[in-house]
Amino acid sequence: MKKWLKLSLWIVLIVLVGIQFVPVQRNEIEPVTNADFIEHYESPVVIGNIIRASCYDCHSNQTKYPWYSNVQPIGFLLQNHISEGKSELNLSEFGLLSNRMKRTKLKSILSQIDNDKMPMPSYLFLHSEAKLDSLKKTLLVSYFDSILVDIDR
Amino acid sequence: MLVLILSVSLSLSLIACGNSNQNNQEESAKQHDHSAIPHEADHSMPTGSEMSMDENKSITDLIDDYLALKTALVQDDSKAAASAGQKLAEAASSIDLNTFEASKQSEIKEILEVVKEHGEHIAKSEIAHQREHFEGMAKDFMDLLAITGTDRTLYQQYCPMYDKGKGGSWLSDSQEIKNPLFGSKMLTCGSVKETISMK
Repeated sequence: MKKWLKLSLWIVLIVLVGIQFVPVQRNEIEPVTNADFIEHYESPVVIGNIIRASCYDCHSNQTKYPWYSNVQPIGFLLQNHISEGKSELNLSEFGLLSNRMKRTKLKSILSQIDNDKMPMPSYLFLHSEAKLDSLKKTLLVSYFDSILVDIDR
Repeated sequence: MLVLILSVSLSLSLIACGNSNQNNQEESAKQHDHSAIPHEADHSMPTGSEMSMDENKSITDLIDDYLALKTALVQDDSKAAASAGQKLAEAASSIDLNTFEASKQSEIKEILEVVKEHGEHIAKSEIAHQREHFEGMAKDFMDLLAITGTDRTLYQQYCPMYDKGKGGSWLSDSQEIKNPLFGSKMLTCGSVKETISMK
């Protein structure tokens, strides 16, 4: 029994070391284009900074990776998470959407922020700087609302 | 020793994740199989601007799926709503744009993309979120019918209490109010705002 345990632990260890060498594609696509949400709407600096800090890691082409993203399997999991986030909403390409789709996405953004579903609690656990306190939340909601109204016109 | 335990738990979680991913893939493959069933719309109509839009088979399917979704939400049936949402998304992406006048195609395409987006979300959400997306597409759906025409009389209905008093709309094929945004909680809240008739 003890022998088996020891052997399996060794196997696990070898696998863990091995997967450190599997390359992971990183979400760092340059350059930022005019389709980027913040560029597209020429967002005020304060607003742009909040959006970048709270949304861009998973909803843009420019993720700011934490150090532990270099440790596998954490890096794989993060990459999964990011591609899932981007398939729902990629702010780097927001300007390319039709007005109708922009409205749809903005309504979802507003509802997610308003209901504290985004940024995700599991993300905030390790990214306290992304947390939207009530001031930031109010700022963002009224800003996204104003853009929604502009598109409706 | 601590390191080893940590490694074991990490790799176990990796294995678990791998499995669930695989399951998801299998599931979505199954769903694709459904969509692979040949669409009757394929042999519906020749291309041309003179044809009557309101007889388009695929728009009929789309309205059917929308109404099925509405019924599921009226009955607080999240599971039925999810499968109706899936069907709606599939119907929206299988409509052949060439059956419409060229000048209208781009707007129809944009509307269908939005309907598909809502349908896909409804397919994988809990009921409050399903209702949010269902409400979100009411206006797009009406815009679509304004272009394509409808094969039956529909009623735009409105409940002012939805979403903390912001109000919400939906379409129904009956004048009688059965509220899909609240379901049994407030089944009769609402009134008919507009009638969308066949031209």
